[in-house]
Amino acid sequence: MSNDVLLRANELRTHFELRKYGFLKAGEVRAVDGVSFTIRRGEAVAIVGESGCGKSTLARTILGLYEPTGGSIVFDDEDISSFDRAKIAWYRRRVGYVQQDPYAALPPFMDVRRLLLEPLIVNGIRNRAEQQERIVRSMHEIKLTPPESFLEKFPHQLSGGQQQRVVIARAKILDPQLIVADEPVSMLDASVRVEVLQLLRQLQIDHGLALLYITHDLSTVRYFCERAFVMYGAHIVEQAPVDQLLSAPQHPYTRALVAAIPDPDAANATRFRSVPHGEPPSLANPPSGCRFHPRCPHTIEGLCRDHEPPYFTTAPDRRVACWLYGESS
Amino acid sequence: MISVRGLVTEIRRYPSAIAGLLLILVFLALALYSLLTLPREQAIQLWRGGAVWHDSPRNARPIWYNALPGTNLPQTLVLDSERDPEVKEQREINDDHNEISIVFEFEYDHDGFPPELNLFMRAQYDTRRPFATVRWVTPDERSFSILQGGLEREHTVRIDQLDRLRRELDDLRPSIGLFRDPDSDPDAPEPLHGTYRLEIEGVAFEADSDIEARFVRYGQVHGVAGTDHVRRGIAVALLYGTRPALAFGILAAVGSSVSTLILAAVGAWYRGRLDAILQRLTEVNMVLPLLPILVMVGTLYSRSLWVMLGIVVLFGIFSAGIKTYRAMFLQIRELPYIEAARAYGAGNARIVFRYMIPKVLPTLIPSFVTVIPTFVFLEATLAMLGLGDPVLPTWGKVLEDAYRNGALYHGQYSWVLLPSALLILTGLGFAMFGFALDRIFNPRLRER
Repeated sequence: MSNDVLLRANELRTHFELRKYGFLKAGEVRAVDGVSFTIRRGEAVAIVGESGCGKSTLARTILGLYEPTGGSIVFDDEDISSFDRAKIAWYRRRVGYVQQDPYAALPPFMDVRRLLLEPLIVNGIRNRAEQQERIVRSMHEIKLTPPESFLEKFPHQLSGGQQQRVVIARAKILDPQLIVADEPVSMLDASVRVEVLQLLRQLQIDHGLALLYITHDLSTVRYFCERAFVMYGAHIVEQAPVDQLLSAPQHPYTRALVAAIPDPDAANATRFRSVPHGEPPSLANPPSGCRFHPRCPHTIEGLCRDHEPPYFTTAPDRRVACWLYGESS
Repeated sequence: MISVRGLVTEIRRYPSAIAGLLLILVFLALALYSLLTLPREQAIQLWRGGAVWHDSPRNARPIWYNALPGTNLPQTLVLDSERDPEVKEQREINDDHNEISIVFEFEYDHDGFPPELNLFMRAQYDTRRPFATVRWVTPDERSFSILQGGLEREHTVRIDQLDRLRRELDDLRPSIGLFRDPDSDPDAPEPLHGTYRLEIEGVAFEADSDIEARFVRYGQVHGVAGTDHVRRGIAVALLYGTRPALAFGILAAVGSSVSTLILAAVGAWYRGRLDAILQRLTEVNMVLPLLPILVMVGTLYSRSLWVMLGIVVLFGIFSAGIKTYRAMFLQIRELPYIEAARAYGAGNARIVFRYMIPKVLPTLIPSFVTVIPTFVFLEATLAMLGLGDPVLPTWGKVLEDAYRNGALYHGQYSWVLLPSALLILTGLGFAMFGFALDRIFNPRLRER
């Protein structure tokens, strides 16, 4: 284990029980089912996947909001999946969270100053001068200046972009080492998306933060992250550096995703793209073998249907869970 | 969230809020005034005592009745030789022989007759009782003998009960007969206006022997709020009653609403067994009728206002409100800002009190105010059912007394209307203020 690894997830599982009549166990939804990856210090990583593939559940499990059903999370060489109170408190101070809907993410009855004060109070920073210093610094970092003109405002008095910046400031105010951003721009107007993403990227680079960026939109990933994980049906099916992933996708699902990125070419107007038919898999009752096999154009008879593919390393820093690459290696 | 200053400016925009607030302030001022001038012990003594009422008439109307045009009913007049020594003359005849003369003189120019006349005399002696002659002299110098004989140490003459005098007065009640104009028809007596005299001639047979007298001409109007069937001043109960009424209303309303709110939030946040217990308790409680339980407790255990308050609050906590609030909190607990708070480490208590409750508080504060009258009325209802506090004078008990003594049949409207008006005004004040607060806190309800 090299020391530049900040967070390591090991066979992480988060399952939710389904109940009938309120008490009979009727199965479970495996939202995260055996996910392993590492995030290095100061690295921006994207998790890409369609709705319902378990990416938000993965984010919340990493944040410690859901207790994992199995597996472990190691952060800075400390195992935090034991859910020991003191360790969780220590961990939460080092991880920031940026949510999807900025308005809902801010308590409507607190002004900006109070909002930013809350994490400090909760984490025992009670010195008035230090509180003020940190708040003003955060406001400068998110470019809501002069701070005094914003600190007394309530969330509904800010624009969507300003609200999301306040959310970022709140995630950043405890000086975390990792920020988890769950679709941070999907609820924003197109005009402010780039601005907010650039701000997040700038903070990440300036402060050497690691960033876990969760999105369903591959097109934003290119400008934003070093590496990307593709999630499908509660598994990570491909891990690769972003440029390689976009130029030469390997997993059939990734290929379909990349092919779906809009390309401003006039010739496209008359062409249909091939899109995998079928629906995303049910996480309560996932397909056997490779979870993509019912929709996959390259299914190998007798293998994909029955056997779950392991990770195959196809290039340095590049892993893919698909039998197509098992045979070639 | 609305700041305090913002709230004040908002309230000033609603005349009904100002009126409601003024009413509430008037009642609070009354309660404060009664707290300062009428301590609990004194109020209870005035309400339950006996001797303190000697000088009050029964079932009198409030004194401001005389302000009505064409009304001039007799008021209560007390003449006391001890308080006013110049009416008394003492002549020493020899060492152990005194002559004492007391003359009470008063004008009578009212319509109607006093309801009652009493003469309280006190004699000081060792063994030999003083002797007294009491005569009533009308303005036209007719004279009637009231008393002739030896005096007890406490000698009370209830003039209306003197049968001999009654016969002498054409079989009219002496308090009427003594004031009647002799020219008027005995069946429709008219009072004779002028100066009346009550002459007391006493002879004492010991050196230190003495006689004092107090004459009470009871009025048809008495006190700020009239008196009841046992001569109590109703004003005492009306003034003192603001305290239990406000205390009961505010404590019950705020106590039960706030506890309900907190329990609903705690249940919705923790879910699981705690929530299930709270919900089952509520459901059981919702089918239990409150009033019969209060009647039962009042009959078998205690009718103290505070015991009743405790039960009302206890049953109020697990009311239907807990279901409504819980439904709101179940939505709130899933909001992203709560998740964010958990992500930066906020604890359970902080989330319940700092993140969940403040979110609904603005919508609920007005309802805290508007339910206050419900509990003020509940206290009056309990009193009407005979479950009022046995010691404290309250508005409800005044109404109960009025009801039991048929006040309305006897035309004593003020006995019923005064406490009712106070109850209505209290309700009106809190309701007007609460509805205005509702518009301020929940601007979506504001009319265009």
